[in-house]
Amino acid sequence: MNHHDDANRISMIIGKYQSELLEDWVANLKQQMIRFDAAAEQATRRHCSQLLELITSALRQGEMENIEIRSWDEVRHLLTEISQDRARQGSTPSETAIFIFSLKQPLFTRLRAEHAQKTELLADDVWSITTLLDKLGLFTVEIFQKSRNQIIARQQQELLELSTPVVKLWHNILALPLIGTLDSARTQVVMENLLEKIIETGAAIAIIDITGVPTVDTLVAQHLLKTIAAARLMGADCIISGIRPQIAQTIVHLGVNLEDVITKATLADAFVVALQRTGSSIHRNHTGSKD
Amino acid sequence: MHDRLAMTLQDDLTNRIVQDQAKGVLIDISALDVVDTFIGRMISNTAAMARVLDAATVVVGMQPAVAITLVEMGLSLPGVRTALNIERGMALLGKRHYE
Repeated sequence: MNHHDDANRISMIIGKYQSELLEDWVANLKQQMIRFDAAAEQATRRHCSQLLELITSALRQGEMENIEIRSWDEVRHLLTEISQDRARQGSTPSETAIFIFSLKQPLFTRLRAEHAQKTELLADDVWSITTLLDKLGLFTVEIFQKSRNQIIARQQQELLELSTPVVKLWHNILALPLIGTLDSARTQVVMENLLEKIIETGAAIAIIDITGVPTVDTLVAQHLLKTIAAARLMGADCIISGIRPQIAQTIVHLGVNLEDVITKATLADAFVVALQRTGSSIHRNHTGSKD
Repeated sequence: MHDRLAMTLQDDLTNRIVQDQAKGVLIDISALDVVDTFIGRMISNTAAMARVLDAATVVVGMQPAVAITLVEMGLSLPGVRTALNIERGMALLGKRHYE
């Protein structure tokens, strides 16, 4: 007996019991899902019936060992769509896998009725269907994971853009308030933004404020120094400000060399130095102020 | 800028510094948009040569992409002075002249 016959026989069985299978499958899903309102039921029912249809026609082509081939294209396409939908709506991976796996039980029940006397045939078919559905299940989980990763990557990108502003504080003075951990991808964005802004404004001094950076380890320090070196190559000096006491201790304990860089405790101190360097100064207006 | 041209530049520059008794050298690399390790070293070496001949050297007009590449390659040109554009570079050289 070859796979071709197996596939054909199974497709006939599915075709024969299609409507019952659909009912059982949806009922099964209803039991196992936590959130299952009317709208979800309708969508699930539609997906299930489409999928049954497509699986049947794919099986009719006579191949069920490999779902990567052309005759399974449509099934894979539909599964991709369903998994992506679920990923966007925030389903768990198991919910997505259960969607496929809960077809097993109804299908086995029908098989048992069909092959009542032929145990060997029953075992064969159960095995081929298990393998097939496992493959389809794995496929959905994989797609699910992939679309999740895409969502995460997109959000990361958005965060990156949100979290690296370069502001012009004064004529020729830029400020770069850093918030969050500095990794190499972020350093790259920070560096690019800073350098572009230096060109744009012709700034001579950039203040890098690290008040919002939770920890400074050797890697973060390395990234900071890189940014400073790049700014220096463009002819702009950098001042690091907002160094908290613990961070000052860590930097020294780690042996990070910040001696070539001007460091200040607060952004205000750094600003005063920057003003001096660019030839400006601040005066307190005695007549106007009360304190 | 290709490698041969860079070598010629070093020759010409050192000769001219001696010939004109120049006290300042301004290297404008604003038209340079691609660097490799060789060119990076070349810039650094050229500046060092000019310094040896007692001419203050300022590299000006480096593009952001070039700066990032050099830093990533570990060539942060220590000891070479830099400025954003030619005006700033000239100002830097002028200041140095009166010191």
